Amino acid sequence: MEHKSYSKHFILLSVLLIVFFFLNISLGSVSIPFEEILQSLVGNMTSKESWQTIVLDFRLPKAITAILVGSGLSICGLLMQTLFRNPLAGPFVLGISSGASLGVAILILGSSLFGGYFLSNSISNWSLAIAASLGAFLVLSAVIIAANKVRNTMSILIIGLMFGSFTAAIISVLAYFSEAAQIQQYLFWSFGSLGNLSWSEISVFGSLYLIGILGIFSVIKPLNSFLLGENYAKSLGINIKKNRTIILGITSLLTGIITAFSGPIAFIGLAVPHIAKIVFATSNHKIILPASAIIGGIVLLICDSIAQLPTSEFTVPINAITSLFGAPIVIWLLIRKKKIVV
Amino acid sequence: MNTVKKNILSAENLSIGYHQKKDQKVIANEMNLAIQEGSFTAVIGQNGIGKSTLLRTLSNVQKPLEGTVFINQKPSYAFSHQELAKTISLVLTERIPESQLTVFELVALGRQPYTNWIDRLSNDDLEKIQWAIEKTNLEALQDRLFYELSDGQLQRVLIARALAQDTQIIILDEPTAHLDMHQTITIFELLHQLTLTTQKTILISTHEINLATKMCDELILLSENKIYSGTTASLIAQNAFETLFTSEIVKFNRTLEQFVVTKN
Repeated sequence: MEHKSYSKHFILLSVLLIVFFFLNISLGSVSIPFEEILQSLVGNMTSKESWQTIVLDFRLPKAITAILVGSGLSICGLLMQTLFRNPLAGPFVLGISSGASLGVAILILGSSLFGGYFLSNSISNWSLAIAASLGAFLVLSAVIIAANKVRNTMSILIIGLMFGSFTAAIISVLAYFSEAAQIQQYLFWSFGSLGNLSWSEISVFGSLYLIGILGIFSVIKPLNSFLLGENYAKSLGINIKKNRTIILGITSLLTGIITAFSGPIAFIGLAVPHIAKIVFATSNHKIILPASAIIGGIVLLICDSIAQLPTSEFTVPINAITSLFGAPIVIWLLIRKKKIVV
Repeated sequence: MNTVKKNILSAENLSIGYHQKKDQKVIANEMNLAIQEGSFTAVIGQNGIGKSTLLRTLSNVQKPLEGTVFINQKPSYAFSHQELAKTISLVLTERIPESQLTVFELVALGRQPYTNWIDRLSNDDLEKIQWAIEKTNLEALQDRLFYELSDGQLQRVLIARALAQDTQIIILDEPTAHLDMHQTITIFELLHQLTLTTQKTILISTHEINLATKMCDELILLSENKIYSGTTASLIAQNAFETLFTSEIVKFNRTLEQFVVTKN
């Protein structure tokens, strides 16, 4: 249903994505000359062997993770905003991040409660990812079962929020009975992190991400008709329940896997779709979905570059940066444009 | 001229209403209706008498409690979602959620039953959209965002969207609900013209009884105990209008052929 051409916007955004991708890889606690970074990226030897390791095994996976996480969360946020016709919806409204947090909380905090079955310092990325996925999957199944029992889409939103506060309560109880070291470890997970992923973890992450993205192609048309409300969508021949389930399924898969590997990263999923809508001034999902994905990737690359505090050895939690810098930008955009829509 | 027109939408022994837990709430019973192809028909009746429920049942949004709705002589339950979307288009009373859709994009959504999986508009689709926009005089507004429009303009956009859907039947639930007198007449005139120039069958529910009696080909009058249908003249002959309101304030004036307010 497009009428205008947006190719200029997309070319500009793609260039920005590439620029920030290389900028992100160039920055870090160890300064490496840009030519050496390019050399290691194309597989040539660098003057120092450690540089190659830093670029290929640390910075490149982190930049790729940033793009996957940023684009994935933005897409999910947009899907939820359209489905619930609510500009405040984000990828975590279904209680998925709470579910993932619960899984991780039980793994980390529960280990001391349940007789030290796990040694807390031996918790690997994989076990965190699996615990988070299981938690997300559990809460999601409950939400989808409940969603199929209610006709009203708004009720699903409230059910998601209720599951969210329910799991938060369980985590509080767990934390209350845990030791400081475990609480700290859980807290660190909840700060979010884009680093620390090995190539094998990235390939699992990437494949599941791809499945989610492919699924979205099947709902672009229903998503556009949802802009008219469910009754009009139905009159256009759209099967509401089926497409609602597909959209919920894709969102859960993507946010579940993202939270599993990088923790509950706030703000991006809520804000980026609005940035995309303001920049592109359209609601057509054929335009706004890829736009949100690219902008999401760019935003998280920028946030991550800031979080590393270039040339210093400190890293600020990514979750703090996304909100610290993102919130004022969105407020500024909204005040300029004066209108917020789904 | 061919005067024998076929019934495009009909109902046999129709009961409409709702299922409330285990009970049935029946709104109307044993209705038999027939709507001719190319006609402009209005459903009239008091608030809460069941006009919307009747339209929802006829458009297959809601199942009848009993009886059958026939669309082109085929039972409506036998239609698939897609097939129905190519036969009946709707203009509803509910507000469209806010979004940044332009008038063109909103009208273009009417082509969804025909577009491919990625919603690409073919030349045929574009022609139909342009035609719908011209028919409703929206050329000057087509690149505007729909939420910037007045209620009357928006109603025309929604009618254009229904036209773009290219269905034989268009059903509109209270299309003039929030409009002033001039806009109301404009919409009635537009719908009347559309039935003449496009051969589409248009069914509306309305409270604009005085306009409906003048501009519609047929009326379906829902009253407490009985359902009347036919032309204005035949409804007058059946004393149907007297059953519409039981109050003394508004009375049907047979010589003026319209409702008038009685002053004390």
